[in-house]
Amino acid sequence: MEPILIIGGGHAAAQLCASLVEAGVGAQLHLVCAEASLPYQRPPLSKAYLKNPAEALQPHRGDAWYAQAGITVHLSDPAVAIDRAAKTVRLQSGITLAYGHLVLATGARARRPAGWPAGLANVAVLRDATDADQCRALLAGATSLTVLGGGFIGLEVAGTARALGLAVQVIEVAPRLLGRSVSAELSDHVLASHRAAGIDVLLNATLGEIEHDGTRLLALQVNGQRQPVERLLLGIGAEPEVGLAEAAGLAIDNGIVVDATMRSSDPAILAIGDVARFPASPLWAPAGTTLRLESVQNANDQARAAALTIQGQSPVYAALPWFWSEQGAMRLQMAGLMPAPDRPDVTRHRRPGATDASFSILHYVGDRLVCVESVNAPMDHVMSRKLLEAGKHPAPAVACDPAVALKSLLA
Amino acid sequence: MPDITLIEHDGTEHGFEAPDGVTVMQAATGFGVPGILADCGGQAICGTCHVIVADAWISRLAPPQSAEDALLDTVGVARQDGSRLACQIRLHPDLQGLSMHLPERQQ
Repeated sequence: MEPILIIGGGHAAAQLCASLVEAGVGAQLHLVCAEASLPYQRPPLSKAYLKNPAEALQPHRGDAWYAQAGITVHLSDPAVAIDRAAKTVRLQSGITLAYGHLVLATGARARRPAGWPAGLANVAVLRDATDADQCRALLAGATSLTVLGGGFIGLEVAGTARALGLAVQVIEVAPRLLGRSVSAELSDHVLASHRAAGIDVLLNATLGEIEHDGTRLLALQVNGQRQPVERLLLGIGAEPEVGLAEAAGLAIDNGIVVDATMRSSDPAILAIGDVARFPASPLWAPAGTTLRLESVQNANDQARAAALTIQGQSPVYAALPWFWSEQGAMRLQMAGLMPAPDRPDVTRHRRPGATDASFSILHYVGDRLVCVESVNAPMDHVMSRKLLEAGKHPAPAVACDPAVALKSLLA
Repeated sequence: MPDITLIEHDGTEHGFEAPDGVTVMQAATGFGVPGILADCGGQAICGTCHVIVADAWISRLAPPQSAEDALLDTVGVARQDGSRLACQIRLHPDLQGLSMHLPERQQ
């Protein structure tokens, strides 16, 4: 009964524990968390947790579940080194744990701009519970919030802060919001929706030197103008936490490189979730594409695949990627991967919903449906996932006809 | 701290005292009751925490809001009178004795 060591405390680690317990090997598990709490739900951290100061962290499972399953949990004790030859991991406390299988679910850390001093009291990022508590403090008593970065984290917090009555400005250096992730049409809609809520959105921004006094950020230089800052959230992306893996000599490429079974370049070591760069299934992306996806779905499904690998099976990870984001009054949902926008055979088609605020954008490569973005259209999203998983490719005219239920196209 | 019961599709019963103020989804997954996926962690996004509330309880719960209502039409098994998303049922002492079935599958 070889020990199974899981390093991480996010969604991937939580799901891996659940899957391995279901498989009957709970007693072999060691969960090594750098944080002080058991793994907890992350999505609420940018929304309900910030809106309501009384909202508690939601652990996926309680102490009793881990104890009953026989899992040894190490909290506030990050791993500091992997010895691949000895198959051991040393923790910060000095404890050394042996493994038969090691799973790295170390996630990603928030990117900070080069040259900004650490510890500015009125600047926060948002990845974990500690950050979320800092964001709560940031919003409490503030009259305004500056959000640097128009990606998912920045816009979710912007929406939350606006709902709390703060004056909010989003500063984005790219020509559009969510530029890495959504279509131009959806960017436009998101922009209009945030502006309609009274959020000041600045695109194509040029940033100069910051002004600070060592403890507080005082001002930004935006498009050549000095702009005072009261409180600021940094939402400029995340870097995969590959330090342990890199020091141990595993293959790294903007993430820990894994194969379709979630194994790294060392067959005894797996990597899952935000940290893992994996081969995309040809079902969802051109052959040879590798991806690193930062989503709850990817964390959960890769955990499930890893559990099979650990049990001696050879899964081929091919789960349909899907994603959601709640920003202000919008529930954005995405099924499938956006095709590269410069591909010549890509077409986009709009499926209207009950109102202007509810619709889907269907992306086709040739006559193949590959991706569906939905706004306030949960039925469209759920049915799009089923269509994609079933390999159905209804003609755009049919799929975009509001009189046709997407469910009927599954038959 | 109401006592609640979740009955799996194969008849296995899970009865436990659930904390106040959390949702049925949180209480059930926290206690490790199988059969609830809760892919979105309770945000009324995914529809994979479908439960079927016992008849006597249907009218004693606050009715579903629009997001839940839309999702209930998408769940893995056909929607029934007592169908609810477990993440939208918040527990309080008046729900003492709440009983629910789990569907055969969530997707």
